[in-house]
Amino acid sequence: MAIEVRIPTILRSYTDGAKAVTAQGATLEELIGDLDSRHPGLKDRLVDESGLRRFVNVYLNDEDVRFLGGLGTPVADGDTVTVLPAVAGGAR
Amino acid sequence: MLTISRELVDKIVAHARADHPDEACGVVAGPAGSDRPERFIPMENAERSPTFYRFDSMEQFRVWREMDERDEVPVVIYHSHTATEAYPSRTDISYASEPDAHYVLVSTASEDETPFRSYRIVDGVVTEEEVKIVESYG
Repeated sequence: MAIEVRIPTILRSYTDGAKAVTAQGATLEELIGDLDSRHPGLKDRLVDESGLRRFVNVYLNDEDVRFLGGLGTPVADGDTVTVLPAVAGGAR
Repeated sequence: MLTISRELVDKIVAHARADHPDEACGVVAGPAGSDRPERFIPMENAERSPTFYRFDSMEQFRVWREMDERDEVPVVIYHSHTATEAYPSRTDISYASEPDAHYVLVSTASEDETPFRSYRIVDGVVTEEEVKIVESYG
């Protein structure tokens, strides 16, 4: 069982520079837990106590997981999970 | 230093003017490792706000994947401030997430001129850089 996770530039310090790594799990939450055991510190950059961090986008294949089931979204072998930091800001 | 063609500067300014008083935002992609902005990609501001911008998450996904397939990176990430100066706000700094990008800010606060400035934002530290506008990259 392996799910590919694509890592953005800013988080590659956790993956020794790798653009993509693999992890396992039945849900996104489990996947992130497994990811953190292989690349300690990564989980903290993706989730906080209320769930997925507001300015981190996580996609399962071609869909934003916010439109699926958030951290409870089921994942399966062969899926690709993509992490992208939101591009945001403003004068406020 | 950011070296950018006049044509791209004009496109960014035109986008900012068109969306005023809301903030406009977008990307200029370029070949990985070149530091040369080439492909203008105006993005939708999902917030449609005069004080905030955020790329639409699905549009960002498509654009980032396309850049990946073309071996491009976001050389420039631009947005406008519509009532304040072209300097990164605290919000801009805390959400800056592309350490290799030139963060371009334009201000449409004045009708007469559109300041165009560029910054590096790495680990919460802002460094303004010179902008060199060229007719072509020769």
